[in-house]
Amino acid sequence: MSEHIVTKKQYGYVFVTLMVLTLVTTYAGMKDLGPLNVVVALAIAVIKASLVVLFFMHVYWSSKLNKIVVVSGIAWLGLLLWLTVTDFASRGWLPFPGK
Amino acid sequence: MITAIAPTRDNYLTHEYGIKSWLLTQDHKRIALLYLGAISFFFFLGGVFATIIRLELLTPPGDLVSAQTYNKLFSLHGIFMIFLFMIPSIPATLGNFLVPLMIGCKDLAFPKLNLLSWYIFMAGGALVMYAMLVGGVDTGWTFYTPFSTSYANTYVILTATGIFITGFSSILTGLNFIVTIHRMRAPGLTWFRLPLFIWSMYATSVIQVLGTPVIAVTLLLVAIERGFHIGIFDPNLGGDPVLFQHLFWFYSHPAVYIMVLPGMGIISEVISVYSRKKIFGYKFVAFSSVAIAILSFLVWGHHLFVSSQSVYASLVFSFLSFLVAVPSAIKVFNWTATLYKGSISYETPMLYAFGFIGLFTVGGLTGTFLATLGFDVHVTDTYFVVAHFHYIMVGGTMMAYLGGLHYWWPKITGRMYPEGWAKLSALVVFLGFNLTFFPQFIMGYLGMPRRYHAYPPEFQIYHVLSTAGASVLAVGYIIPAIYFVWSMRYGKLAPDNPWGATGLEWQTTSPPPPENFEITPVVTYDAYDYSILEEMKVG
Amino acid sequence: MANHSLALRHQFDDVAQQKEASTFGMWLFLATEVLFFGGMFLCYTIYRRWYPVAFGMGSNHLSLMLGAVSTAVLICSSYFMACSVNSAANGKKKALVAYLAMTIVLAIAFLVIEMSEWHMLYTEGLMPGFNFTYHEMDPRHVQLFFGLYFSMTGLHASHVTIGIIVLTVMAVRAYRGAFTPDYYTPIEMSGLYWHFVDLVWIFLFPLYYLIARHLQ
Repeated sequence: MSEHIVTKKQYGYVFVTLMVLTLVTTYAGMKDLGPLNVVVALAIAVIKASLVVLFFMHVYWSSKLNKIVVVSGIAWLGLLLWLTVTDFASRGWLPFPGK
Repeated sequence: MITAIAPTRDNYLTHEYGIKSWLLTQDHKRIALLYLGAISFFFFLGGVFATIIRLELLTPPGDLVSAQTYNKLFSLHGIFMIFLFMIPSIPATLGNFLVPLMIGCKDLAFPKLNLLSWYIFMAGGALVMYAMLVGGVDTGWTFYTPFSTSYANTYVILTATGIFITGFSSILTGLNFIVTIHRMRAPGLTWFRLPLFIWSMYATSVIQVLGTPVIAVTLLLVAIERGFHIGIFDPNLGGDPVLFQHLFWFYSHPAVYIMVLPGMGIISEVISVYSRKKIFGYKFVAFSSVAIAILSFLVWGHHLFVSSQSVYASLVFSFLSFLVAVPSAIKVFNWTATLYKGSISYETPMLYAFGFIGLFTVGGLTGTFLATLGFDVHVTDTYFVVAHFHYIMVGGTMMAYLGGLHYWWPKITGRMYPEGWAKLSALVVFLGFNLTFFPQFIMGYLGMPRRYHAYPPEFQIYHVLSTAGASVLAVGYIIPAIYFVWSMRYGKLAPDNPWGATGLEWQTTSPPPPENFEITPVVTYDAYDYSILEEMKVG
Repeated sequence: MANHSLALRHQFDDVAQQKEASTFGMWLFLATEVLFFGGMFLCYTIYRRWYPVAFGMGSNHLSLMLGAVSTAVLICSSYFMACSVNSAANGKKKALVAYLAMTIVLAIAFLVIEMSEWHMLYTEGLMPGFNFTYHEMDPRHVQLFFGLYFSMTGLHASHVTIGIIVLTVMAVRAYRGAFTPDYYTPIEMSGLYWHFVDLVWIFLFPLYYLIARHLQ
């Protein structure tokens, strides 16, 4: 990790953004956007999470190795979710009885 | 090649005495021995369960133990052997001992965490033992729901908690190895100069770190379900038992690679030394370890072929399961190519390595049979599967482990094991193993189900052969247990490098001093460069 | 730099290597935590796909206000945690202790809010395994929703609790002058852990509290 010291002001900008996004997601959650509700909620959550990871957790200034660890952890969770949902979502796709 | 006997200097064994110096040690070498004692005990217990199982199976009726007791026996056999023996075995003993030595540093990155790992392992193991003593579990080591969550009347939560705890030990050890290998290599020791054992320990550690948390949360969910009946795995409440199977096997399939990859690393070391030749295709073997680690996470659905998983998903998993066989095959080809025109000697570790290559190949190929959907439907939950995984775990990993123990025994203890007895045991193990498990392929194909204690009489001949083999195998394991202990007192004193091997661990004393090296080594040559040894002798 | 050879462990060559190793190790640990929570996120994903209506009804029984306030409280605590790291890097001991204390206070506030939400649900008979009674439609699947809710928020709360303990230890050590601009790695590592706890909640909030709210 570099010796780069992040200032309180920089943290402050991130903090305010996170609070605003929290308000936005709460407001959007109260509206009926149909199937987009989930998309919007998750998109905002991902943005908030990225801000926390990149700036509060210093990944923006981190070594490539630490960045790989972050990406790998998320990718592996994605793998678990994706392949498992594939099973459940594809039941009945192929014409075999009972499956 | 064998130089004069070294006088006893201060080494990690003699540096300090007393029980506190062992129980509060931060020395990776002592921690390795602490693990060695613990896992040997758990292996013995797992073997006791196996003995009773094989005795029961001598006759067709279920007459030695009750049905539920039999269920407990195979469950505990699996739990003890997998979680308390196989998964820690090579990483926590040989890995702990060798990783810092092989990369030329003084200890792991986090020595206190290493000691904590051992205590966590012991705590988990103690809880599992306690659960066993008060009644055990009968769910199989696989804890399938809804039986384990809604219907079993045995100590599921207690056992699951014990396994949960040992999982942390596995995670922390893996974490320690990854950081150490990345950050603490000696000057000049680039990635492609590392011994292949390190590559396989690295790949194993990656699997441990990424996979173990999922089994942890799965067992936690089983405990929550069993305690609060929230319904996640209970069809009556809208839950899905197959979801449990997905979660369970997401870890448990990569877990089998945690068990076999370190063994493969040992084989690379042993084949090279006793052929006096560098490993053919070093980079291919190194990358294949990483490829196995990654691909191992993509195949878990092959355990769910008959569990109502969609055919589409089953096809995907079947294809990926064939793919994961490729890097393993690459290793076998490269080991064989290493032997070609090598100067081969038949010390005990090499005998175990030969056994590994043959038996692992059989086990691995039968794995591809099982990856074939049509065939799997026929033999799933039969002894074919049982034989398949025992060929890999016992014929593979166990033989590699024994080979590795023999190979590094001089380094660890400063003593030689008795070569004659060792060769004899290797032979007994090989013969006993095949007699135990080959008949299981046949009877599995003929339809003998697994986990049954009573069976139709036409299978008895196979079971009798298998039990006979098991008794021979047991002898093959008991003899080394005896002579290893004997050698610590009466074995010939070992020189620093009895095998004439390359590798930094052989450039220090046998046993090593507490801080491993008098001066930090600087590496300027590739792994397995035997010409360097000649230069060192002359220079 | 001289007195920080005291903080240098013998297996490392220098302080920089030690700090890199600690950070790397901490990130590996956090990756395991992602997968640990991830298993429960998987269960949530499957069952929400299967029972969207029941999940919507369950969500409407949660207090949106308490959920949103909890989110804000945790984000604030993350901000204070980041400020404490900044203070440590700048050698400002008093500010370091103060920011750590504020983080801890907000963490405790989060738990208090959470416990009151749980209590409210308990009194409404919505706690599976205790007194779950639901008389509107689809009770089995609503029970599944609440079972997952309590499991996930409970797991999260246990991590918050551990965080409070760790941060308290850090605050005491900081008060006793253990950290300087050359050595404040434990503060940074605690910070990484704390931000992770915040991250989990950033996902838990919309996934549990914001389903079909327009129906309310």
